[in-house]
Amino acid sequence: MLSKKFAYSLSVVALLAGLAACGGGTTDTADTTTEGGTDTAAAGSDLTGSVLVDGSSTVFPISEAMAEEFGKAYPGVSVTVGVSGTGGGFKKFCAGETDVTGASRPIKQEEIDLCAKNGIEYIELPVAFDGLSVVVHPQNDFVQCLTVDELKAIWEPAAQGKITNWSQVRDGFPDAPLGLYGAGTDSGTYDYFMEAIGADGESRGDYTASEDDNVLVQGVTNDVNGLAFFGYAYYVENQDRLKLVAIDAGDGNCVEPSPETIADSTYQPLSRPEFIYVKKSVAEEPPVKAFVEFYLSSENAYLVDEVGYVSLPPAVETKANERFQNGTVGTVFGGGATVGVKLQEVL
Amino acid sequence: MTTSNPQSFERESSWNIDQATFLKALRQRYTFDKVFATLALLAVVFSLFVLAVLLIDVFIDGIGRVNWSFLTSFPSRRPAEAGLVSALVGTVWVMVLVALITFPVGVGAGVFLEEFISDNWFARAIEINISNLAAVPSIIYGLLGLQVFVRVMFPITQGRSILSGALTLSLLVLPIVIIATRESLRAVPGSIRQAGFALGATRWQVVREHVLPLAMPGVLTGVILALSRAIGETAPLITIGALTYIPFLPELSLKGLQSPFTVLPIQIFNWVSRPQADFYSLAAGGIIVLMVVLLLMNATAIYLRNRFQK
Repeated sequence: MLSKKFAYSLSVVALLAGLAACGGGTTDTADTTTEGGTDTAAAGSDLTGSVLVDGSSTVFPISEAMAEEFGKAYPGVSVTVGVSGTGGGFKKFCAGETDVTGASRPIKQEEIDLCAKNGIEYIELPVAFDGLSVVVHPQNDFVQCLTVDELKAIWEPAAQGKITNWSQVRDGFPDAPLGLYGAGTDSGTYDYFMEAIGADGESRGDYTASEDDNVLVQGVTNDVNGLAFFGYAYYVENQDRLKLVAIDAGDGNCVEPSPETIADSTYQPLSRPEFIYVKKSVAEEPPVKAFVEFYLSSENAYLVDEVGYVSLPPAVETKANERFQNGTVGTVFGGGATVGVKLQEVL
Repeated sequence: MTTSNPQSFERESSWNIDQATFLKALRQRYTFDKVFATLALLAVVFSLFVLAVLLIDVFIDGIGRVNWSFLTSFPSRRPAEAGLVSALVGTVWVMVLVALITFPVGVGAGVFLEEFISDNWFARAIEINISNLAAVPSIIYGLLGLQVFVRVMFPITQGRSILSGALTLSLLVLPIVIIATRESLRAVPGSIRQAGFALGATRWQVVREHVLPLAMPGVLTGVILALSRAIGETAPLITIGALTYIPFLPELSLKGLQSPFTVLPIQIFNWVSRPQADFYSLAAGGIIVLMVVLLLMNATAIYLRNRFQK
């Protein structure tokens, strides 16, 4: 009987010890309520409060880097970042549960309606560019450049089961089976790519799909006849194992993605902007305001490049800052896509 | 069944079987025996081989990354500075809470259904429902948790908090605990209960003093299985809004229950999907840490089980 009592009490002790081991201690949890007047915003270190960021997994590395550096400059403000995906992020954002949400595509019409229904106003801000890169196996010596029409012929729904050989893509390509690797249908990357090549956001179903771009990299490095598309950062990290394909938007110019061609939009139509959406009702609160200003500041643009994206050209960055300072609400894309839209002109 | 003396059959003429046939059949049976034993051994070797390959691969990639600063640093965009303290602490908080919630509720429900309720249509309906709940995909529990714990119970849970996450995971693993409890209660001989009743003990006294202690090892095995499942879950926690980057730890108080959190599987998943190869070894290091936490947890439960078995 004694040993059983001992065992019972031991279980309780073990559980309590488990909790005790996880005590905070090192950092104070900031209240969710915002304190401190506007006058402390410039001082930085006095500012307290919290900023809730969520949204796209593509934007996450940028938000994480910003939150990390922001935390050093403003130790009193706790910035948390989640990864719900662009769509999941908008659901929470439009329910009023987050302050800032990352998006790898502009807000869609049904999300605009949801936000309107819940009375959530938002400020739309571009924060970086990404170039969707089309790649083949390094031993592939016949593909240097593909036109958008050829990409469409390969990926459109009508190609399913029909376009299965490189010789069908262009006259002169050798007789070799075509292995396709691409983002899964849930991702913003998929939406953007299929929209950009003119496949109306739909694709064939018979290709190897993965939400994890590293799986796609693996796929194409093991398939001499493979073709894949994914974010530019994944090409940069694996450039010795992959061969980049230049894209011809239809004007006869083959352009390869590079930080320069992505930023100045000559790499078309596959260079896409990444966004954050800020809730208007909290945009004036000191912690959120300080964080978004930090995010948009040209001094911190190096963080965008460091995590593998392309920072905004100065003209767009200025526009984005003006937009935030003026508190301009709404989207400039009207629920549509960003394909072919020049940000300098629409913002 | 006796095989020691096959010759004895020869003398019994009523057995219309000669020795050669019998010995052949005997050899055949022994061969089947050996084939089955070999197949069973192969099954063990195969499953252990897969596990070993996985572990060795992870250890080669990750062991170099597991050090004190890895365990005590917050996540970072720079792989060299990144750590997983927020995820580790989040996992321990959530698992302790899940254990505290599932043990009393799950065992209580199992005891009630097995020992107290009479076997009528109501009990059978509950039994079928619990068995079905064990097979519901975890993401469904996430959606349920999002609506009930995060949104409806906001005043108590403060939304996307440790408490919401632990409650959601508890729902997810409760069927396992309940079923394991019922199975091990069923394995306790009925004579024990009747002996208790015969001596004038109430049902509660019989259950408390005799049946439940005897069933405890089986119950704890169920709890181990349940917690092992809960510790690796990602989907329901992402659905209810567990975060990925958190630069602070929860306070050690009731208020800490209401703070946002992340857990190890989410952190590992995030690192694996990064483009930079340095993050992969961080992910491998994270897997090692997760496995150590799981082993410590299970070791505690197995230790307790052995205490009860004495």
